[in-house]
Amino acid sequence: MNDTNGLSSRINISDAVQDAANAELSVLGMTCAHCSTAIEETVSAIDGVRAVHANATSGVVHVAYEPSRTRIGAIVEAVERSGYRVGRETLRVPIDGIHCASCVTPIEEALTAAHGVLDATVSPATETATVDYLPSVADFGSIEAAIESAGYRAHNGLKQEEPDREAADREAEYRSLMRKFWFAAIISVPVLATAYPEFVPGLSGLSRTTVRWIWAVDALLALAVLLYSGRHFITGAVASFRRRSADMNTLIAIGTGAAWLYSVVAIAVPTLFPEGTAEAFFDVTAVVIALVVLGQALEVRAKGRTSAAIRKLLDLQAKTARVIRDGVEVDIPVEEVEVDDVVVIRPGEKVPVDGTVTEGASAIDESMVTGESIPVEKGPGDPVIGATINRAGSLKFKATKVGKDTALAQIVKMVRDAQGSKAPIARTVDVVSSYFVPAVMIVALLAFGAWYTFGPSPQLTYAIVVAVTVLIIACPCALGLATPMSLMVGVGKAAEKGVLIRNGEALQASRALNAVILDKTGTITKGQPELTDVLTSDGFAEIDVLRLAASAERRSEHPLGEAIVRAAQARELELAEPEGFKAIAGHGIEATVEERSILLGNRKLMTDRDIDFGPMAEGLTRLSDEGKTAMFLAIDGRPAGIVAVADTLKDDSSAAVAALHRLGLEVVMLTGDNQRTAQAIASQVGIERVLAEVLPEEKAAQVQKLQAEGKRVAMVGDGINDAPALAQADVGIAIGTGTDVAIEAADVTLVGGSLTGVVLAIDVSKRTFRNIKQNLVGAFGYNTLGIPIAAGVLYPAFGTLLSPLIAGAAMAFSSVTVVTNANRLRRYRPREA
Amino acid sequence: MSVDIILVDLAVIVAIAWVAWYFWLSEKEAVRAVAASGAQEVMIRVKGGYDPDVIVVDSGRPVRLHFDRQETASCSEMVVFPDFDVSRRLPEGELVTIELTPETPGEYEFSCQMGMLRGRLIAN
Repeated sequence: MNDTNGLSSRINISDAVQDAANAELSVLGMTCAHCSTAIEETVSAIDGVRAVHANATSGVVHVAYEPSRTRIGAIVEAVERSGYRVGRETLRVPIDGIHCASCVTPIEEALTAAHGVLDATVSPATETATVDYLPSVADFGSIEAAIESAGYRAHNGLKQEEPDREAADREAEYRSLMRKFWFAAIISVPVLATAYPEFVPGLSGLSRTTVRWIWAVDALLALAVLLYSGRHFITGAVASFRRRSADMNTLIAIGTGAAWLYSVVAIAVPTLFPEGTAEAFFDVTAVVIALVVLGQALEVRAKGRTSAAIRKLLDLQAKTARVIRDGVEVDIPVEEVEVDDVVVIRPGEKVPVDGTVTEGASAIDESMVTGESIPVEKGPGDPVIGATINRAGSLKFKATKVGKDTALAQIVKMVRDAQGSKAPIARTVDVVSSYFVPAVMIVALLAFGAWYTFGPSPQLTYAIVVAVTVLIIACPCALGLATPMSLMVGVGKAAEKGVLIRNGEALQASRALNAVILDKTGTITKGQPELTDVLTSDGFAEIDVLRLAASAERRSEHPLGEAIVRAAQARELELAEPEGFKAIAGHGIEATVEERSILLGNRKLMTDRDIDFGPMAEGLTRLSDEGKTAMFLAIDGRPAGIVAVADTLKDDSSAAVAALHRLGLEVVMLTGDNQRTAQAIASQVGIERVLAEVLPEEKAAQVQKLQAEGKRVAMVGDGINDAPALAQADVGIAIGTGTDVAIEAADVTLVGGSLTGVVLAIDVSKRTFRNIKQNLVGAFGYNTLGIPIAAGVLYPAFGTLLSPLIAGAAMAFSSVTVVTNANRLRRYRPREA
Repeated sequence: MSVDIILVDLAVIVAIAWVAWYFWLSEKEAVRAVAASGAQEVMIRVKGGYDPDVIVVDSGRPVRLHFDRQETASCSEMVVFPDFDVSRRLPEGELVTIELTPETPGEYEFSCQMGMLRGRLIAN
């Protein structure tokens, strides 16, 4: 569809008979009938525009024009000249095969001729086109089509995340706030000193008239603070007022503005007030703005730290890749690596993108992605993950996932989405905060009325001060920041350890769990059978039994056979070539190795051949108690030994189960194995409750059964076969397999594949949630105590009244406190598993 | 009770009633997203809030929201659509486009990360 868009526009342009094109422009700020008329007049004045209709309600301008006489760019410029912004975007498109300056012009021409493209520049040095276009008219498809029409190929190079942009934005905001703060702070000094001249040595003797003149100067100084340092409060308040809503800016703007206005009236027409009560408090305006701006600056600083996790992840990305192009190794920016490129990495280098090893062998440190600290051995056929570090050897691998598809890009996206998501608890807070600001305004008005009616003299002064204090002390920000800040830090921290929590909901559910179901195969165990025991009968050596069994199985593709071969290879045994290999379906195999006839299979095979393993019965019982699969080996018709194979435990499964128990969770094992095998594994890791002989399609029902017992259940599985069970569980935890990180059905994904991730996920969730609660209790407590005190409820009993300056300080630091408390989570270290 | 007190108290009552009406009870202006190039699109200015902040769309069809943040105040640096699990950073002066499809009719809230600035997507 996109391509046809591009095509049709080109046909329009080249066709002189039907020289007409239509465009719809999204225009920003066109909100009134007057604005739309103004735009219509400007645009219709352009030569070549046939008709124009601006719709103020939708913010869209429809233009019919003749492409031979004017360009869409000219129309957009005209709209922008009349003071409105048109929704336009810039795209950097990598183009293949620009080798010379002469390639530039045809591409630029094709691009600028394309419908909806405003401007295009092509750089042969970076082999990219920078295209300025109207997203409402053109899209990547049409831009791509235009490039192809010039004979070149565009590839959808993902715009790289810019980790520095965020930090730079924050830094700029911080510096701007600090400038505002210093301006307000410096001015506050004389304003504060002259506000109460009777208490300042040297000023106390001044006459009332002189003081009034000093206050007039203060009025101007405070106004400067209000308009420079406090500008964003006023513009913010006005903007939200227009939309019939109110926020923190409204409170600060009204509070400081009212204090200033009252003071101006008091010094301009003191006769309006009872004798001696015409007080000015410009200090409130200046000092409160200084404090609140300082608070905001500190908050920006602290907020920057909450997103440190994302920054760390983005910094992991390799900047360049060495690929083989036309038989030569070339270094290219990582964005330009394409699927199927062969990438070369040397020791110490970062793996640039995801791929599959084709040549070489090495150990790769994947800790940054999986949290697993031991380097992983890689050889041909093994997957490698981008951003991991090659330790020892050199490798060549074929890129399988690039750009936004790599594991790292998916992790970053998932963490970002999760950090921005809302925990259910935040929704409750949202309801409160949506009523909060107008409610505070009402409280301020009530306090004003009460002090004016019942308060001591001078009533008006008290009423104004109290109302201003109420407006200033109320801090909706602390309330609003409480949940998201902790969530950001908590989710980020988990991600650093290879635990991806999908959203706030998953986090809130995880902390309340009381049962965990672990799938056996691939979760508790490695999911791959391994040789565990070799028993021998009299006269046979262990090494011979293993060597002959492995040699016989050498050509076998049976998983049990492969396990034996792997074990023999691991012990560096020299394997012989089997002759006359024959698989006996359902029983075992038969072969001749080194001129000895080998029979390897189950007990039935041995019974059929009348080979008696009676003397080994004792060992056999032990093996089956341990849930192991026994294979019998007969050499030249005589019982030689038994090799046992079993799916072995992951190294840290027992520790993880113990840690889950310590967290107070019931641990249940789920498996398709028979009760005896299942029980054997369960007792090894310390699990008491076992659900055995469960068919794959029954897993979800088993989860449901446990939920029916009133338990909140987490299901841990591999994410592919277990999808329905993961979805059924309160929290579905998928064990990732390295490159496949964003598993759809899962609330939590463990990139590293270790069960300790489950412990970490639950533990981080608990800690984060506790942190959120602390923040909420603090923020709610602060407001519910602060506002009544500011309104003067303590005055009748204790004669205590809060100064608006103290209120300003309290307000400024309440939100900083919330962010700082959230940042405490960054120091989280996983418990000893 | 003197006249000025009665007048001030009356003024306070009127002001309270007005605050309650203006911020809570009055209808907000809604803007309809218009179909340009197939999708329903709307430009949203982010400055001390979302403008427009009530957007009416048709359910079941993709909606493209172009956010244009014209301020540096850190409050508005993220926009969150909790019902869609979508959150996006809004760098100042950069047009950020969020595309989503409300499958079922209803009201979908969006807000800044702290929930102070908020808007609604109404799907019919």
